Amino acid sequence: MEIMIQMQNIFRDIFDNDSLVISEQTSAVDIDAWDSLNNIQLIVAIEHQFGIKFDSEEMTSWKNVGDMITCIIGKIQ
Amino acid sequence: MKTFKELKRNLKMDMSNKPSYRVALLGDSATQFLSVALQGMAIERGFSLNIFEADYNQIQMQVMNPASELHSFKPDFVIVFQSTHKLLENYSLSDSNERIQIFQERLNFVKSLPTLLNTQIIYFNYPEIDDSVFGNYSNSTEVSFLFQLRKLNFNLMELAVSTPLFHICDLSSIQNKYGRNYIYPAAIYMTTELLISLDALPFLASRAIDIIGAIKGSLKKCLILDLDNTLWGGVIGDDGIEKIQIGHGLGIGKAFTEFQQWIKKLQQRGIILAVCSKNTESIAKEPFEKHSEMVLRLSDIAIFVANWNSKVENIRYIQKVLNIGFDSMVFLDDNPYERNVVREQIPLLTVPELPKDPAEYLEYLYSLNLFETVSFSNADLDRTKQYQVEAKRTELKQSFASEQDFLRNLEMKSIIEEPNSFNIPRIAQLSQRSNQFNLRTIRYSEEDVKKIQDNPDCFCFAFTLEDKFGDNGLVSVVVISKKDEKTAFIENWFMSCRVLKRGMENFVLNQVVSACKKNGFMQLIGEYIPTPKNALVSDHYKSLGFSLTEDSNEKLFYLDLSTFKPRKTFISANQGNL
Repeated sequence: MEIMIQMQNIFRDIFDNDSLVISEQTSAVDIDAWDSLNNIQLIVAIEHQFGIKFDSEEMTSWKNVGDMITCIIGKIQ
Repeated sequence: MKTFKELKRNLKMDMSNKPSYRVALLGDSATQFLSVALQGMAIERGFSLNIFEADYNQIQMQVMNPASELHSFKPDFVIVFQSTHKLLENYSLSDSNERIQIFQERLNFVKSLPTLLNTQIIYFNYPEIDDSVFGNYSNSTEVSFLFQLRKLNFNLMELAVSTPLFHICDLSSIQNKYGRNYIYPAAIYMTTELLISLDALPFLASRAIDIIGAIKGSLKKCLILDLDNTLWGGVIGDDGIEKIQIGHGLGIGKAFTEFQQWIKKLQQRGIILAVCSKNTESIAKEPFEKHSEMVLRLSDIAIFVANWNSKVENIRYIQKVLNIGFDSMVFLDDNPYERNVVREQIPLLTVPELPKDPAEYLEYLYSLNLFETVSFSNADLDRTKQYQVEAKRTELKQSFASEQDFLRNLEMKSIIEEPNSFNIPRIAQLSQRSNQFNLRTIRYSEEDVKKIQDNPDCFCFAFTLEDKFGDNGLVSVVVISKKDEKTAFIENWFMSCRVLKRGMENFVLNQVVSACKKNGFMQLIGEYIPTPKNALVSDHYKSLGFSLTEDSNEKLFYLDLSTFKPRKTFISANQGNL
């Protein structure tokens, strides 16, 4: 859950919305501003936060926040 | 450097009262990130960009077609980002025998831009990609990508030398500093067309905005230097001249030597150097005079301020002497406390956050690109001398209670001449450069001056000014024409602003009046034609005792020569040929 809290902070920061609440089910359809520009900012922010690097296949495979977190866990363990 | 995220946030700021420039952005890959970074960076520098972004891959069409959106947008600047990546793709797709041709075509296209667009162009040069097809042998064969790419970058520089509208934004140099792995986001590119990483974009944007700033006149002209632990290691007042670290002997002296070498090159480029140090003046000057390893000497420093006043006070003094804006000055000091105080009190001044380790000073300062310029000429070279002399005058002025005592003490002399083969080029140049002290703003070519000289009904008087500190050369010119037997008209009167407030206009008027009387004139007429720049002299004739004419659409000023009393002046005449 630690990761979820960090993710929520990143989302709030990138989307400039302090009351934004995300869950594992949250996807691009739920957040209006989640366009391709913000998506890249999101990816880069997560990489910096956890000190990891995603490969291009991973970036295109996520359906929601839960997928992202699974991918992050796989990298930091 | 601000992050991309911070730059993006800037876009929410209200910039309605700030200058705005129209920028067309053309790229052969996705440009929306670059566009955001450029806009955000411009706001950092106090102006905004109104950006037209062409769909990517439309560069040729937008440029070639005079009816395109690009042309109808009428940009102040066109920024072109053609990537090495796409060029490599073209190269790879081509037949081996056509590969060199690609680079020639690209160069020809870029060469056509200034003519086709007829506006300021900022062109990103090509960061290198070594495709490793030939290994090191790339350097030995013309057909390798790297060989042609480096040649293209070189050719672009040649183009920039000969084309004032064409400016290179040195992306290649940015990649050299930060590395290709930092600049290019391989994984992200695969899904997005983004060729520059978010982390690197602010650096690119900054370099591009530097050029726009420089073209719009935002330039750094002066570098103010602290001494102890900034120019040398140690404290001169405590350690003494033998123990300060400079040169290849003691401690990290080498770092300071190389740092001074850089500063010396800036001085040679025309950046004015000033010293601002908390020290006893004679002790602070000692290394400059006596230390064999010092690169900088007193003759390199335009203004040397070492005392126990606050740095803020001293920097304000330096600014007053140089008479340039704080925003065109940079202050280097190793002491974080001093930096913060100065920053707080003089927010317009640039105060770089020097690294703790002097070994890092240079690479850090290189990365800031503080001294952007869009021109360089010989006129930049003797600037230090001019300002040194001006500093001496200011010093003298402060030692006198009254302006008059100061002026008397300057021992000013002026030579008055009519045009001759020696001074005609300078007369023409002064008429073209003087904007503020120029009563009718008539510009004269050298030919025009010769014609005035040959016309028996015209007179032209040129004045030099010299004082005990130095010779300012030819600084003022008056052109008179005969209106009728009794009346002379001042066609123009202009003067260099370097000699304002010396009472030069009183002296000039005395001379002109006496020359007019000799030629039998009874009255002198002057006219002031306002321009956006010459408000300085709107009351010129009035303050010299002329009276405004009664009937006037035209604003003419009259002076009756028979009742004229010579005006008080501290300048003595060295008669030339009057």
